[in-house]
Parts: sequence; C-alpha cells; structure tokens
Amino acid sequence: MAETTATLRVFRGDQHTGRAVDYQVPVTPGMVVLDAIHSIQAHQAPDLAVRWNCKAAKCGSCSAEVNGKPCLMCKTRMDALPLDQPITVFPMKAFPVVKDLVTDVSWNYEVNKKITPFRPRPGVAWKMDQADVDRVQEFRKCIECFLCQNVCHVLREHDKKKEFAGPRFFVRTAALEMHPLDGANRAPLLRGELGIGYCNITKCCTEVCPEEIRITDNAIIPLKERLVDQFYDPLTMIVRKIFGTK
Amino acid sequence: MIAAAQYETHEYDVLIIGAGGAGLRAAIEALAQGARVAVVCKSLLGKAHTVMAEGGLAAAMANVDKADDWGTHFRDTMRGGKFLNNWRMAQIHAQESPDRVRELEQWGALFDRTADGEILQRAFGGHTFKRLCHVGDRTGLEMIRTLQDRGVAMGFDVFMECTVTRLLKDGDRVAGAFAYWRNSGSFVAFRAKAIVVATGGIGKSWRVTSNSWECTGDGMALAYEAGAELLDMEFVQFHPTGMVWPPGVQGILVTEAVRGEGGILRNNKGERFMEKYDPKRLELSTRDVVSRSIYTEVKEGRGSPHGGAFLDISHKPADYVKRKLPSMYHQFKELADVDITKGPMEVGPTCHYVMGGIRVEAETGQSSLPGLFAAGEAAAGLHGANRLGGNSLSDLLVFGRRAGLAAHQFAQTAPLPLIDDAQMEDCARKALTPLERTEGESPYAIHDDLQGVMQNLVGIFRTDQDLRRALEELNKLQERAKKVRAQGSRVFNPGWHLCFDLQSMLTLSEACTRAALARRETRGAHSRLDFPKTDEEWGRKNQGIVKKGDTMTLFEVERAAMPAELQQILSEEKTAD
Repeated sequence: MAETTATLRVFRGDQHTGRAVDYQVPVTPGMVVLDAIHSIQAHQAPDLAVRWNCKAAKCGSCSAEVNGKPCLMCKTRMDALPLDQPITVFPMKAFPVVKDLVTDVSWNYEVNKKITPFRPRPGVAWKMDQADVDRVQEFRKCIECFLCQNVCHVLREHDKKKEFAGPRFFVRTAALEMHPLDGANRAPLLRGELGIGYCNITKCCTEVCPEEIRITDNAIIPLKERLVDQFYDPLTMIVRKIFGTK
Repeated sequence: MIAAAQYETHEYDVLIIGAGGAGLRAAIEALAQGARVAVVCKSLLGKAHTVMAEGGLAAAMANVDKADDWGTHFRDTMRGGKFLNNWRMAQIHAQESPDRVRELEQWGALFDRTADGEILQRAFGGHTFKRLCHVGDRTGLEMIRTLQDRGVAMGFDVFMECTVTRLLKDGDRVAGAFAYWRNSGSFVAFRAKAIVVATGGIGKSWRVTSNSWECTGDGMALAYEAGAELLDMEFVQFHPTGMVWPPGVQGILVTEAVRGEGGILRNNKGERFMEKYDPKRLELSTRDVVSRSIYTEVKEGRGSPHGGAFLDISHKPADYVKRKLPSMYHQFKELADVDITKGPMEVGPTCHYVMGGIRVEAETGQSSLPGLFAAGEAAAGLHGANRLGGNSLSDLLVFGRRAGLAAHQFAQTAPLPLIDDAQMEDCARKALTPLERTEGESPYAIHDDLQGVMQNLVGIFRTDQDLRRALEELNKLQERAKKVRAQGSRVFNPGWHLCFDLQSMLTLSEACTRAALARRETRGAHSRLDFPKTDEEWGRKNQGIVKKGDTMTLFEVERAAMPAELQQILSEEKTAD
C-alpha cells in the first residue's frame, strides 16, 4: 500500500504576528490531527507550541481550529478530512495567542470565580434519586475545553468578555442551580454580571461540544426561563406578593 | 549570572506541587487550617491526570453490600499488595475513606445513586464487596472538578503551567522551589516553610502507557535529587486493558469498570482464558494477574489481530452500556471504529501506575527530609506490590488531606527558610544550557529511545539479563541527554520543556530498573522470569533508594511488625453472597 502524505498548514506566530507554515506528514492508520502535530514536533519543528495532555478526549487541553472548525485535535481523525488539500490547523480565535496553537485561556478562570459556589441547604438530608441528578450529571461531563466559549459569536466576534460569561459558565451555573440540594439563587447574577441576556440561542456552542452536552436546550434556555419567572412574569410577582414566598 | 531582578519570588507557608486529586485535597486542608497556600502545576487547573480516572473511589460505605466494613477493605488492600503494603497506611485508608467520600459529596460531587437515594457502589477487581463509588465512567473528572471548585471558592493561589525543576534547600531543610513559566520561559522562586509533592506517576518513560503528557515523575525526581528516600520503585503496575489499535491510541485506558459491569475476556479461540489463571475471580482478579494472563495468551499465539485480547460487553443491553460506560463507548467509536455494544474490543497491557514513590510516614506524609511531604501516586507505601482499582482515588483524598494538615502544622513552628542565590543561579544556568547549544541531539529522539528501552527490557516480565542491559542503555541515554539541544526561544517551547522532563524520566527509570534487578522474586506487579516464585525472605522487606554523593544507592527496609488486631483482621474471611 502506497504511503499517504498529508500537508498540514499550521499557524506559527504569536499575538502580534505570524504566518501559516506547511508541513508534510506521513499518514498512518487511525491517525488523529494531534498525532500529526507530534510528528511535526519530533521531526521538523521541535518548538511548535501546542497544549495537550491525555490524548483521549478527556482533559480538554488540545482545542484548536482544524479546517476552520473548532475541535479537539486528539479526536479529529485525519481520514475524516480531505487529504488532497492542505489541512489548516489554527489556534482558537476567541482568545489571545501565546504562541502557535497555544492561547491564553485565563479569562475563563476569572469568570468562574464570579459564580456562587455550591451551597447546600441547611439541615438537608444527603439522599438523592438518580432521576434528580441525571440532568446535572450531563452538565458535569464538561471537560472545560472552552470550544463553546471560542465559537460563541458574542465572545468570538463581539468580544464581550466583560459583559458575558459564555456557554461554559451557563452550564456550570445550571449544574449548581439544578443540584437537588443547592439553596443559593443565582438568578440576579445570571441577569447581571454573567449577562445571559446576550445569548440569542444560535446554538453554535452545542454544535462544537465534544461531550455532546445540549448546552442551549438543557442549560441556557431553562436558566432564561427561571429569570423570566423571577423578574418578568407579572402573575408570579403578584402571587409572590400575596403569599410572601421567594 | 542571574540577577535577583530576573526572577519573581513568591512566599508561602505551604507550597503544593501538583494539582491532581492529592494536591488539591492537600491545598484545601492547609487552607482550611489557615495557612497561606500556593499550588503550582504543569498543566492547566483541572486538567491533571486525575481527570482520566474512570473506575471509582473505593470506600467501605456498605451502601450496596451491607456486610462491608473497613476491616474487609483493609484485608483486600493488603492481599492485593501481596502484604508488602505499609499496613498503617492501609488501615488509615480503609477507615477514613468513607468520610472523605461524604465530604466530597457535601462539596457538590454528584455520584450515581442506589434505589434508596444513597451513593451507588460497584464491584471491582480484588474487592470482596461492591465498594466503588462512581459516576458513569468519569469519577476522576467529578473528583477533580469538585476539589477545584472548592479550592477556588476558598481562595487558593494557583500558578498554572508553571513547572518546578528543582527543590531549593537551606541546609538539610527544603526551602522552596525553582520553576519556570511554560508561557514565557521566565523563572520563578518559591519560598515556603513546607512543601507537598503530589505530582503523580512516571508512565511516560514507557512506550505503551495510559498516562498523560505530564506524567514524567517530576516530583519523585525532585525529592530524590534533594536527598529524600524513595521506596518500592520496582513495583510498576501494568493495567491489563489498554487500547492496542490504531497505533496513535495504543495504551489509552479501557477502564476496569468494563469488567466490573460484566465484560468478559477471550482469546482468539473464543476461550474465556481467565478460567485458567484465576478460576475464582476470573476477569475481576487483581491487575497483575490479568496483565500477565493476557501477555501470556498473546505470547503463545492466541492473541487478537493487533496483539491483545478480546474484551466483550456486547451481551449487555446497548443502553445499559451507553449509560454506565459512555466515555468507553465514544472512545472506541470515534478513535477505533468499534461499537462496543455490538462487538468486542481489542485490549492489552499498558503501563498505568507506580506503587513506589517517595518514602513517607504513614500518619503525616512526611518524607525523610524535614518539611517535605508527599501524597498520592508520588508517595509510596499504601499499595504494596500491587494496587487495587479504586484505591487510588480514595488514596488521594485520605492522604492528600493528611499531608496538607501535617504541612500546615510543620509550617506553624518552622521559620521561613532562606533562598540561596547561588542555587538559583545554578538552576537558571542549567535550564538555559540546552537553548544555548548550537548543535546537539533532539530531546524527542532520546525520549523515544528511552520509551523503547523501558518497554522492552523493564516491562511485565523481567530477567536479570534484560535489566542489566537496561542499565547500560539508560547510562548511554543519560550521556546523550547531557548534550541535548533545544531549538527556538524560551516562549512556550515544548522541545525545551522536554529537556527537563527527560531528566526526571531518566532518573526514575534507573531507580525502577535497579530495584527490579535487586528483588529476586516474583511478587505482585514485579515478575521475574528467572525467579518465578514468591520468596518469604523478600516478603519481609521493602527496598529504599537514596542519593549518596552522586550515586543511586539501594538499601533494605525491615518491615515493622503488624499489631495483633490487624493480624486478626487479616486472618478472617468474609465473602459476598
């Protein structure tokens, strides 16, 4: 069998300057893009900067944009890509480039600090049914790859990092709000500092999530509905006033 | 000459190196006690190798099997470790694990539930009762995320993508650490009263491994170079089921939970071969037994097309498999084009865990160097000659907490040590040398060769001849590594970073090989083809390793006598119905 060679067109550069460089890489059975990047490091460009760790799609380190599509490099098969033209491998666009394929994702860790942590209700019994934890378990599959943050146009195109927390953090907030034993109310936070109002249900986040978390339908929309209940529904406001409930 | 202005300095009561389960739990404890804590980690926060742990947390909570208790867990651990474990650590671990699990739940972790609403526990290799608390097959992710959230909420300082290359000393005490930022390559000095090493394992020295990029044994090497003792380095666990095909995913873990949920191993004749090797426990035998069984089947020509065994769970309902083992389902579908609900997986042994590590005191995690503590995989003792699945995640919480507590207590009475400029200069100079060379070998080539040596000569089955040859090869590799060259700048340069990692891997590979050569018996994960039996003499001692001058020196540690009440527990027999 003749050996196949692919051309990877990889971004080399930093925040200020850079260019795409072509590398020829032999293709082996079942190869993923990250394998190709490793081959380039070992044989052609030892200082090619790339972040990776587990190579099994569990740590969320190797996020990049391959042929324009945000993905994890360790689970993007070479044989799923057209090999008769260069395969572009670029860093995530929404974050400042450190070098080559490595971006500065520290903003995400700062946003995280704004979210009220898990606060169990006082005196609560530590028993939960599987049916009650199923939907929160979906959210906790998140591996913090930040691909959803990267693809969301509010961050990617409009750079609203000060006003908008992004899909990953709505998933985290939803996981806390829907935890059967949590007692905190994060609705004011969602409406204010986290800026959930900026989301207009485009669903690009859901499309790129490697864990297949239904971000928009299962996390963001229910949170928006809670906000509406709490702040915008005249009927519930009246009921609340009469019965003095929260 | 590196002027003081050329590196930043940070001062803390407790410095924790490594942000996996053990490091984070230690940080939380030290913080809770009021210490000023810094966590330094090589990867991004929340992405340590703990994230890969799939099976679960072992704790004798008796939520499913009511007859379970800490004594049985203790007995299972000691038996799994072929009685070479630090029995005091095994006792503490079995006693304290249930509390650590409940605590994790109180911090927000969400485990799978029983019909009564309690934490669900499943069966696992070597455990008499159903003991593993889990959530699907991603318990490690759940743990690290919960600990990360807790630590952030408590306000610890995290130095992410910052790699420590040396422990600084003030006389005999540890004084701090020299590190570099991955991003910029600039240097950092940490000055601390107490240090906890929680840097995980050493799998990257072998070609076929389940370990992540960062598992190069840095912390063990740091401790060794600073003069601390290592222990049990011959005991390296080869997990029986790693993927074998395609080449890029060779070694990636296929959780024991597949067998825990009913998966069956077969050879190319369709035989359930574990009936030959362990008729009582079959697939849920201990990992050392299953690894050797698969290896033997393949060696004797009964292996799968790509040199492994067949692991089959397709007899279970498809939606059960997808619910309990979702990441296995996806892993095989996306990376190997195999649908595990319809057919078998090809699996084979993979270098997974090291039972050995830094020698510590059972109650505190204190190493042989004052002020230096260790916990998690980086510490030795709990698991003896072979670790049971599920006992690592519980180890992280139990001993992570104890090390954090002890580090804080040490820091309370210790004065802030001095950082020596000469040591800093030496570190900086050595760090920059590979970048300054205009010619020399690539670190990638040396790493590749190292992986070949360890894979072929210091694997599952060892011989005197292979081990001696390994030492010769390692010596040559160390010579090559002295002249390694890194091209490019200091800015996020993985080739340059590998030069550092290579030093750790070479040191620890030598330690494993020397210890393996000396132990002339077969016990647990250490198999000698030339000494195939267990030797009672060797069962009475563990092997320590320490740096004397420039020489790696082995010494024997006589085992302390087990108290009568623990001996009594060991002699009891309980079985699951």
